[in-house]
Amino acid sequence: MLKESIGKRSEKVKNTIERGAVRKFAEAIGDPAPIFLDEGAGAASRYGKNIAPPTFPVTFDAGTIEGLNLPSKGLIHGEQIYHYTRPLLVGEDVFCWTEVKDYYEKSGNFGEMGFLVVTKYGEDSIGQLLFTEERIVIINESARKGMLV
Amino acid sequence: MTKITDLQIGDSLDSIQLKPVERLDLIKYAGASGDFNPIHTVDSEAEKAGLPGIIAHGMWTMGNLAKLFTPHLDEGFIQDYAIRFKGMVFLDDVVTLKASVTEKQEGNVKFSVEAVNQQEKNVLKGEVIFSL
Repeated sequence: MLKESIGKRSEKVKNTIERGAVRKFAEAIGDPAPIFLDEGAGAASRYGKNIAPPTFPVTFDAGTIEGLNLPSKGLIHGEQIYHYTRPLLVGEDVFCWTEVKDYYEKSGNFGEMGFLVVTKYGEDSIGQLLFTEERIVIINESARKGMLV
Repeated sequence: MTKITDLQIGDSLDSIQLKPVERLDLIKYAGASGDFNPIHTVDSEAEKAGLPGIIAHGMWTMGNLAKLFTPHLDEGFIQDYAIRFKGMVFLDDVVTLKASVTEKQEGNVKFSVEAVNQQEKNVLKGEVIFSL
């Protein structure tokens, strides 16, 4: 069932990077730096605006992939990989979607584990790629069996 | 503060020791990130999942780790940031964030980055490519 999801993707969703959301996020990761929060510091920076912290894309809505219903339990976050072409600017619109890149199984100490690779993409308003966020989720055997029911 | 462009292979950024993890830190991160998985905030849910107590969101620690580079954002930006989650972070754990240079190329500097707990155990590990 998970194998069949490889290549499936969601529809693009528009996300606006809101100043208040960036402030809350930067404070929650203990990094309330002027480059993220202070308008004057942003204007004076090489970016000309405030930017968002690199893990901020976790907040973006990237739509849903039809037929991919992950269990709420039995999941382990294995890896997270970001690539940026430039930092994200406060106030800009980012168009996001997500795609199942891969799924494979490996046997280990805890039985047959499934590895699901999901990538979130973000583009600017003219379709240029701003970032990718790859997430590898490890799903244990009992959680996968639950999905088949 | 040394500029990233002046660092040599083997040099480190100033490490940061976080204050002991509190439940409120994780409640705030849940709200700011939208990740409301209750194993990060509710004791009974963590226990139901077979954990000794609530654990920090892996992304909370990864988010914190990036702040080693925040003072350097006038020099460049984080182009690549790859992390493997190695261990759980529990309440009252004291996490230390570290980064050291592994490679220097025209236009970018590669760092090995990690977060370790008070037992010097890796909780996450990976790399950052900082674009100059």
